[in-house]
Amino acid sequence: MPSPIQNPRLLLSHRCLPLHFPPNPFPFPPNPCRLVHRSAAALSPQPAPTPASQNLAIAAPPSSEILSIRESLLSRRRTAAEIAAEYLDRLRRTEPQLRSFLHVSQTAMREAGEVDRLVESGAELGPLTGVLVAVKDNICTADMPSTGGSRILGSYRPAFDATAVRRLREAGAIIVGKTNLDEFGMGSTTEGSGFQVTTNPWDVSRVPGGSSGGSAAAVSARQCVVSLGSDTGGSVRQPASFCGVVGMKPTYGRVSRFGLMAYASSLDVIGCFGSSVVDTAILLSAISGHDRLDATSSKHEVSDYAPQLVSLDHLESKPLKGLRVGVIRETTGEGVDVGVMSSVQAAASHLEQLGSIVTEVSLPSFSLGLPAYYILASSEASSNLSRYDGVRYGYQAAADELSSLYGDSRANGFGPEVKMRILMGTYALSAGYYDAYYKRAQQVRTLVRKSFKDALDKNDILISPAAPSAAYKIGEKTNDPLAMYAGDIMTVNVNLAGLPALVVPCGFVEGGPAGLPVGLQMIGAAFHEEKLLRVGHIFEQTLQNYRFNPPLLAES
Amino acid sequence: MALIYFRCIRMNRLFPHPSSPFTKKSSVLFCTLQASHAQVTTQVENLQNQSKQKEKLIQTATKKTLEHHKHGYEAIIGIETHVQLYTLTKAFCSCPYLYGSRPNTTICPICMGLPGTLPVLNSKVVEFAVKLGLALNCELSMNSKFDRKQYFYPDLPKGYQISQFDVPIATKGFIDLDLPVEFGGGHRRFGITRIHMEEDAGKLLHSEAGSYSQVDLNRAGVPLLEIVSEPDMRSGLEAAEYAAELQRLVRYLGVSNGNMQEGSLRCDVNISVRPIGQSQFGTKVEIKNMNSFSAMNRAIDYEISRQVLLHSEGQNDQIVQETRLWDEAAQKTFTMRKKEGLADYRYFPEPDLPEVVLTKGFVDEIRQSLPELPEAKRRRYEKMGLSMQDVLFLANDNSVADFFDAAVENGAEEKLAANWIMGDIAAYLKNERLTIDEIKLTPKELSELIAFIKNGTISGKIGKEILFELISKGGTVKSLIEEKDLVQIVDPATIEALVDKVLAANPKQLQQYRGGKTKLQGFFAGQVMKESKGKANPMLLNKILTEKLNAGG
Repeated sequence: MPSPIQNPRLLLSHRCLPLHFPPNPFPFPPNPCRLVHRSAAALSPQPAPTPASQNLAIAAPPSSEILSIRESLLSRRRTAAEIAAEYLDRLRRTEPQLRSFLHVSQTAMREAGEVDRLVESGAELGPLTGVLVAVKDNICTADMPSTGGSRILGSYRPAFDATAVRRLREAGAIIVGKTNLDEFGMGSTTEGSGFQVTTNPWDVSRVPGGSSGGSAAAVSARQCVVSLGSDTGGSVRQPASFCGVVGMKPTYGRVSRFGLMAYASSLDVIGCFGSSVVDTAILLSAISGHDRLDATSSKHEVSDYAPQLVSLDHLESKPLKGLRVGVIRETTGEGVDVGVMSSVQAAASHLEQLGSIVTEVSLPSFSLGLPAYYILASSEASSNLSRYDGVRYGYQAAADELSSLYGDSRANGFGPEVKMRILMGTYALSAGYYDAYYKRAQQVRTLVRKSFKDALDKNDILISPAAPSAAYKIGEKTNDPLAMYAGDIMTVNVNLAGLPALVVPCGFVEGGPAGLPVGLQMIGAAFHEEKLLRVGHIFEQTLQNYRFNPPLLAES
Repeated sequence: MALIYFRCIRMNRLFPHPSSPFTKKSSVLFCTLQASHAQVTTQVENLQNQSKQKEKLIQTATKKTLEHHKHGYEAIIGIETHVQLYTLTKAFCSCPYLYGSRPNTTICPICMGLPGTLPVLNSKVVEFAVKLGLALNCELSMNSKFDRKQYFYPDLPKGYQISQFDVPIATKGFIDLDLPVEFGGGHRRFGITRIHMEEDAGKLLHSEAGSYSQVDLNRAGVPLLEIVSEPDMRSGLEAAEYAAELQRLVRYLGVSNGNMQEGSLRCDVNISVRPIGQSQFGTKVEIKNMNSFSAMNRAIDYEISRQVLLHSEGQNDQIVQETRLWDEAAQKTFTMRKKEGLADYRYFPEPDLPEVVLTKGFVDEIRQSLPELPEAKRRRYEKMGLSMQDVLFLANDNSVADFFDAAVENGAEEKLAANWIMGDIAAYLKNERLTIDEIKLTPKELSELIAFIKNGTISGKIGKEILFELISKGGTVKSLIEEKDLVQIVDPATIEALVDKVLAANPKQLQQYRGGKTKLQGFFAGQVMKESKGKANPMLLNKILTEKLNAGG
């Protein structure tokens, strides 16, 4: 029997070697103690590889749409109805190309009208008043269908709102619709949806990433202000990178999972998308906190993340002075796209320019994370998806007897990727294999946790690419699941360790009509979201050459 | 017709021993079918006759259960007991559970297993598990966890049951009990392998025609404790007494109502038989569906006899690992399903629930709050000098024991209090189907009553009359005695007067007595007692009467 823990590096090279194999893709010195120095000019040293940077180079850095909506409402400059109409109009125009929504709310305009009456009345407004939020379709909403992207829940309407959704509504948000995803979150492209394929607003022939591809594309194309996704192995961060938006994967337990259709319970987290770090922070503050309906939600105090994020004018010359940044060595090697590499390299230089101390750090167990992740996630998935049996809700096959009721309902209701993972998970948990797979993967998980802890004892944040490549073509990897899985190498370890990670757009690679965005992943210690958001915000506000407005937005 | 035919086939498959009432009925239906089916009917009937004879044999043998050992075989019995916990809400959601509620009325998205729902542990479940663990002398796991046990069944909404697998909350305990005196008595200690927490499944309601089933999820998610015994029992009696002691214990502790009919206490019994002297166990057979202790006793003894018979006929290869059900009507066990290999439940740690961590303080607090347990109570009563029969009766029911203890505390003599409780009070409770808490008699009045009889204020006979008055209407002994003027006549002069009056009124009988018919003394005593309205002290009465009768001449 071959070792169940295969080196994912092999998987990576197998796919990526022929494409790009730079001789020295990342010119960091091998000695982690030596600092990487760049001149002051390094703030914009790299010639932008794509024309994307040119058109908007002079524009201001991203500002908060949520704060601007709030300001508009309070000053009565615009009504919530006007704002909602603008977004909905754009949604309708872009949706035929993007297909990011599985359901669009029928009541959004009416809710906006109610917001206006509330504003009229002078009542106190919640932090998300009048903000259109899109919600990934594996998060339950009482007034809209929630399918998890699966045919087996094709007509399912939950009896309750997920805790995160309830908190959004309490904060004044308008849920604009439910976004597309890979079935039950299993996939990295949104091609695995049981209903439709979402495209990337930067190039509609490419995938938006996944599994939260719909939520990422919707924010990127401004079909909504912010959105909720879920992240089990990178499902918020990788699409954020592919679509050029900010994506936040909070610490495990920071946001209640109640109402999130479970894929892998010990890894699942609800995450946030925004077009700026401030918006992402405001959204995260609204949904965070302990929930008595989720025993794994944390009682760790929630701070209001946004006020810490001061505007550019108030920044000192070295706002990140003394911040220790570790570049994860294992994420800079072979298998990573050369363009992605140089973007991340530039980002590291940028951080250094801002005053931080950048060193290289090694996570020895990093390469073990991917196989361990796929064993644990599949094992839990095989169990979590048992409830979709056609007996109580969802798709029910016509059958004469019980075993065919089960068999046919599940065979016809689930898509191929889900079935594959159920089979893998069932196998890994079977008597006689448990120790070799599940148990060993748990041991790897302990190692991964420990190596992150060691690295984060020495560093304030760790950085890496959010994905080994930028967005690829639709259909490019559908027949090569191993290549697809290998794309998760940058993100899965963070889920195994339960840590928070923020992805901010940091550059472009060539491709598509206007280049393809690249995301920088910043990883922090548990419950250090605030620090990540602060660093991310400063990074974003001081990133001068790049603006991340997709061509689809310019067209519309 | 086709439907009926279908149903018959299914019944036969379900009940391969065709003497169950269902199949008897079915075979009648068969007869009305076409000729081609009639053959089947004959076969079925033949089969029926054959197995009937065999059952007779087993049932005769069962009556001689105690002789098994003489045959050179011994039975090894282990029991898995599920106890439904008496918590206000279910194990992982806030639904109540009320036995007998209309189907699917005490359910919510969580216990229905709707997408996105999560379990949150009811802390009472842990408290009750610790209580029972301590009461069963177990070692507690200060760190335990929940696991998922996975299988598909329509009454299991999540496709897995939340249970405990490799780290149960309590292990390695024992239970002490005393066998009933009428069965020879004796003290036993049986080992407890483990206790773990888990959730119950729902129920399937099968339609009459058997063409469809309905799912009732009221019971889904109700907390259970599973108690696994060591294979220490050797007979149906021991097994039934083990179960009865568990019931007593959970009732004493207030963790369950222990009601077998409602399914609050369910026993699955594993039985194997082996020749005495053989160290290897025989093939294990599981029996379910016994809803009383006596049914357990009979089912197990039947099963032992069945297995011993097969052994003694050299057919022990016919004992297969299977689950059999007890058929109360036919007084026999029959195959429910054969086990094909070991089921793989693919246990793994439940990721939705944190570990269960007990603190020493929590455990100590529970330990201190434990009531006196049945075994301790029995030993205490034994020391009072009560007979084992009294001891077992009193300790059987916690409220009876409390009543007794309170009466004794009020000064009642132990033996007398026990007699009253076990005699007239118990009889009344049984007739009226009441519990001792539901009657108006208080332990204090019982002790008063006993005292009044003992000091001669009232006679035993009057005492009895007052007792029923106290039970049904309440009040105090003292006021009843005064109200009804029931004080015993102990004044010899008054009794003498009564005797004289009776003798004067019955000259004929007096003459006969004096003529040698001394048996008539009883007649006179009765007349005097009647004259005294039952209040004359019987001893004085007899003394004076004897003197008077024999005085004349």
